Amino acid sequence: MVTKNVTFNCEEALHMKAVAVLIQKASTFRSSIWLAKGERRANAKSLLGVMSLGIENKTELTVTAEGNDEAEALDSIVGYLEKPEF
Amino acid sequence: MAPVSLSSIVKEFDLEVVVEFDNLDDILINVADVTRPGLQLAGYFDHFGPDRIQVLGNMETAFLERLESRDKELRIDALFSKGIPCLILTRHHVAFPELISCARKYSIPVLRTGETTATFVSGLVKYLNVELAPRSSLHGVLVEVYGEGILILGESGVGKSETALEIVKRGHRLIADDVVEVRRVSDTTLLGRAPEIIRHLIEIRGIGILDVKELYGVSSVKMQENINFVINLELWDEKKTYERLGLNEESTDILGIEVPSITIPVRPGRNLAIIVEVAAINFRQKSMGYNAAKALTDRLFWT
Repeated sequence: MVTKNVTFNCEEALHMKAVAVLIQKASTFRSSIWLAKGERRANAKSLLGVMSLGIENKTELTVTAEGNDEAEALDSIVGYLEKPEF
Repeated sequence: MAPVSLSSIVKEFDLEVVVEFDNLDDILINVADVTRPGLQLAGYFDHFGPDRIQVLGNMETAFLERLESRDKELRIDALFSKGIPCLILTRHHVAFPELISCARKYSIPVLRTGETTATFVSGLVKYLNVELAPRSSLHGVLVEVYGEGILILGESGVGKSETALEIVKRGHRLIADDVVEVRRVSDTTLLGRAPEIIRHLIEIRGIGILDVKELYGVSSVKMQENINFVINLELWDEKKTYERLGLNEESTDILGIEVPSITIPVRPGRNLAIIVEVAAINFRQKSMGYNAAKALTDRLFWT
């Protein structure tokens, strides 16, 4: 299991489109990926789950990945959260 | 565990503020116990929990009324000096001048309700128990089938949301999709609800987000439900053996409570909704004392 803290960096709130891309990215990995904001945790492959976190610009998030491709998954998700492109 | 602010208690129970405090949001309650300070007013403070809400009812008020003003003040002062979070008067009892002066001295708010003490205390304890309960959020779906709260767990993409949709279509109710917020409200009870922001929404791959309440009406959704039974969905594993008779009792640990559960292997073409539905009926029947597998063994060996 690998974990990394990241600050979400995006002028606008992480709206639907950005979440959709994040979910797609997460879904390409076999590992389980979790996003946590404070005490709340959501499955990064679940759209409603990530939306329920209510992520805004500069939100501190903890990304956790567990599985065969955990290292690549973590890098990809953390990279996307730091600089979302879609 | 998140503490409960006094202002939310005032709002929930529609309490009248007798002695004001600067900011009721700043007073936080961390314990679900409530004290009627009869013994404390009589002067006994051993084992006293000063972090609890204090409630004065008929008996305590009548006791204080008998006393002379100086004595009354000393006893109330002793109680307030322990640093209690607040004092609540029931049955519209009037606050004595001594009570008001002590409340001001220690800046402790005094509140009032019209309800009887027993009703108010039981309501307050119940509310605090729910609000202060240990909580966690789970990735799954919570539905109510024939009155039983069924929590469906499983990996992403196993078909939880599709199953929930079909269950709703069959006349049952959806509580939460994707994220279920679970609270342990007592040693035997788990309560589940959806985070407000995604309440009654469901995501179906290929279609997108659906609002179940708007599509199927208010009778298809519910705000919260106890979790009575857990169904674990998992992709069919050829090497694993699955329950055939239903004699083994499986359970899943959620916040320290063992909830009866079953594991259902998923394979394309299996109608999961009907399996969940029949599992719910079977669970009801078992809790009412009939076990089909046991009845079969009895028939085999006793006739």
